[in-house]
Amino acid sequence: MNPQLSSATAAPHAHGGGSVARAMLHVQLALLPATLHGFWLYGWPSFFLWLLTILACVGWEALALRLAGAPRPAAVLRDGSAVLTGWLLALTLPPWAPWWVAVIGGFIAIVVAKQVFGGLGQNVFNPAMVARVALLVSFPLPLTQWVAPLAAPAPGFVDSLQRFLGGAPVPDALTSATLLGHAKTELSRGADLAQALAGPAAPTLSWLGERAGSFGEAGALLLFAGGLYLLAVGVIRWHAPLGVLAGLALPAAIAHAVDPARYLDAASHLLSGAAILGAFFIATDYVTSPATPAGRLVFGVGVGLLSWIIRSWGGYPEGMAFAVLLMNGLTPVIDRLLRPRILGRDRRGRPRDVPAGELRR
Amino acid sequence: MGILTSLKDWFGNDWGVHPDDRKRPAADAPVRVMPVPARLYLPLQQHLGAPARPVVRVGQRVKKGELLAAAQGAVSAPLHAPTSGTVAAVGEVTAPHPSGLALPAIIVDADGADEWGALAGSTDPFALAPDEIGRRVAAAGVVGLGGAAFPSAVKLAGAARAGVATLLINGSECEPYLSCDDRLMRDAAAGIVDGIRIMRHASGARRVLVGIEDNKPEALAAMAAAAAPFPEIAVRRVPARYPMGSEKQLIQTLTGIEVPADGRPADAGVIVHNVGTALAVRAAIRDGKPLISRLITVNGGCVAAPGNVEVRLGTLAAEVLAFAGGLKGDGLGLARRLVGGPMMGSEIPHWRVPVVKGTSGILALAADEVAAAGEGPCIRCAACVRACPVGLLPLEMAARIRNDALDAAAAIGLADCISCGCCAYVCPSHIPLVQYFQHAKGELAARERARLRGEATRKLATQRQQRLEREAREKAAAAARRKAERAAQQAAARADAGEPA
Repeated sequence: MNPQLSSATAAPHAHGGGSVARAMLHVQLALLPATLHGFWLYGWPSFFLWLLTILACVGWEALALRLAGAPRPAAVLRDGSAVLTGWLLALTLPPWAPWWVAVIGGFIAIVVAKQVFGGLGQNVFNPAMVARVALLVSFPLPLTQWVAPLAAPAPGFVDSLQRFLGGAPVPDALTSATLLGHAKTELSRGADLAQALAGPAAPTLSWLGERAGSFGEAGALLLFAGGLYLLAVGVIRWHAPLGVLAGLALPAAIAHAVDPARYLDAASHLLSGAAILGAFFIATDYVTSPATPAGRLVFGVGVGLLSWIIRSWGGYPEGMAFAVLLMNGLTPVIDRLLRPRILGRDRRGRPRDVPAGELRR
Repeated sequence: MGILTSLKDWFGNDWGVHPDDRKRPAADAPVRVMPVPARLYLPLQQHLGAPARPVVRVGQRVKKGELLAAAQGAVSAPLHAPTSGTVAAVGEVTAPHPSGLALPAIIVDADGADEWGALAGSTDPFALAPDEIGRRVAAAGVVGLGGAAFPSAVKLAGAARAGVATLLINGSECEPYLSCDDRLMRDAAAGIVDGIRIMRHASGARRVLVGIEDNKPEALAAMAAAAAPFPEIAVRRVPARYPMGSEKQLIQTLTGIEVPADGRPADAGVIVHNVGTALAVRAAIRDGKPLISRLITVNGGCVAAPGNVEVRLGTLAAEVLAFAGGLKGDGLGLARRLVGGPMMGSEIPHWRVPVVKGTSGILALAADEVAAAGEGPCIRCAACVRACPVGLLPLEMAARIRNDALDAAAAIGLADCISCGCCAYVCPSHIPLVQYFQHAKGELAARERARLRGEATRKLATQRQQRLEREAREKAAAAARRKAERAAQQAAARADAGEPA
């Protein structure tokens, strides 16, 4: 690049003090309550999974940077983005998933979805969601084994580590269906949803999260609180989250009102799967979402709507990850179509006319 | 920040940034008047437009206020002696600019008497014709004291021609660290209001709005009290938000009028003048005094006694700093020397640069006050989009410039960028966005110049070609004519000689 660009004398001489690492740290803080809650619900295996997924992401990032000959690999690793990707991926996995899921997931997220595109800021698709979807379609069985929360008897530290590293499947006695998965199965059998969800074998929808699902799914309310924290500290803005929640809840509420036998209600949609995580932590990903407030609102609505469509009619019970990836692909188009209006110009970029009269003597 | 501002921020009307307010304690310290230094260095160009033309000889004695250099061209301003003394040289001085280039300047040795020359003031400015006021303001060398240094008389005349309805007075002073306008409004509110009334008379504006940021309650109170007897002058409080002092932003905030992108404020029926300019206009008209001194803020973590100092133009920054108590620890902690504010001011190579008409501050910043982190990759957080007061996409323009697609950057509004620095201020990756944009603007301007030059050259070449062809044709025609004439003469001669045809 031009050497002029690297001289250090240009204004502004002051800086607001923000940094990439600080933003990432805020997001990690926001994830902490839901994560701790997950540890409590699912025990040591979930802790090992969380730890290894993060370590795998950081490790793959370090390796990729080294192979690419990055100028300042240590500084890049310290920005916290790889840790965050691993953390988010872990929250979407089954809490008792074996070790190799974490390692392969980290590889897909960091190497395939991020570094191949050119590293931080260059990737088109959200790395954690790419990894989640790739794992799901590649290894459907271990990726859909949901353990019931507060499993009894809870495995001890050593037992958990052996199970985690040995890759033993979750014993049938401990597994349980997720609400969305159960609804999908029942519907495909032609059952009436209202009755199927009322039956004794039906999974519960608990506001406090004591139900089967991915590591982060049960902590929906805690994730919501984390999202509010991010809004308060200004790391994210309201446009994308509100778009996702509205895009998911509105069609769900309408469809449920019309035909409760075939469509889940809005609360079930909002509290299940990755809805809250997706709204506040995935759809707000800086890199892969549009740059303008209007664009972010459109993006969020798209994610929510597509999620609902996939959940209602698609082949998978859960659609958030697919919806995010689809909308990631549309981000450049949204950015192109929804540019802000420049001061003194109309929407098409032509200079505005001055209102006549009044202004003159 | 009020509830309404918070709500506006939440729902999108939130251009600009809120830099740390470092105006106090300097703003609260009483103004100190600096004595005249032994030697003054006066660059011939202290304003936008053509440099002034010297009208004094070396060795000539001058009185305070006497003309040293005359305005040259339509947009220019004259220069006057800040004190009585002798013209020591017409030489060069380091420009108060990052380049550190030499500027042609008149150097005056003070005689210590500080004696005024003849002054012709006016006891009743409102009896003067607006044209006459414009002429006197121009002759006094008054330029915009907010920093841009545009010749004030040109603006007043333009306003009178365009028939503007509104005169805006800029007392917002949005740059952190600077407080010279704040101090002026507190100490000389009556004089400023008098100057405003004279400017209103000269520009023909109907109403006057004075915009002052809400972080200056003392200035707001003083100005409101001074303006109370004059119903045509309204003092308005505006939210403290950088760059409120930028003309188009202030106009929009106070009047709701959006100046067209290709126009000037006068096109939208508004002109904007700074409060310091109003005071200078008053001095020029009432007392006949030219602009020879100004108030500047001396501030920054390395300054021993921050405050505002009344300084003669041409005083070296080094001497101003020494007068203000020098630097803490002999300047060991100094990280950056600036003239102007930290958002749009310029870094200077050393302190031996003169105070000029547009100098609003001299800042000595410590390491913890300057942006120093290395540049990282853009993470598309769009903080820059939110901060941009003009509605641009800085991240997108920077991406295009990085790929050398300068025309593509121009297509999304590069020319509308006002270089306020909000984008770079908020960028978490510390990308020097303003530098990108300045570079691209400079490059595009250079290309445009080269294109025009190429066109001119091509046109000249074509004209030369046509001329050569025409000359060749004429030559050939002349030769043919001569040949024919010769043949005719010979034939005639032969006929005369009785030869058979």
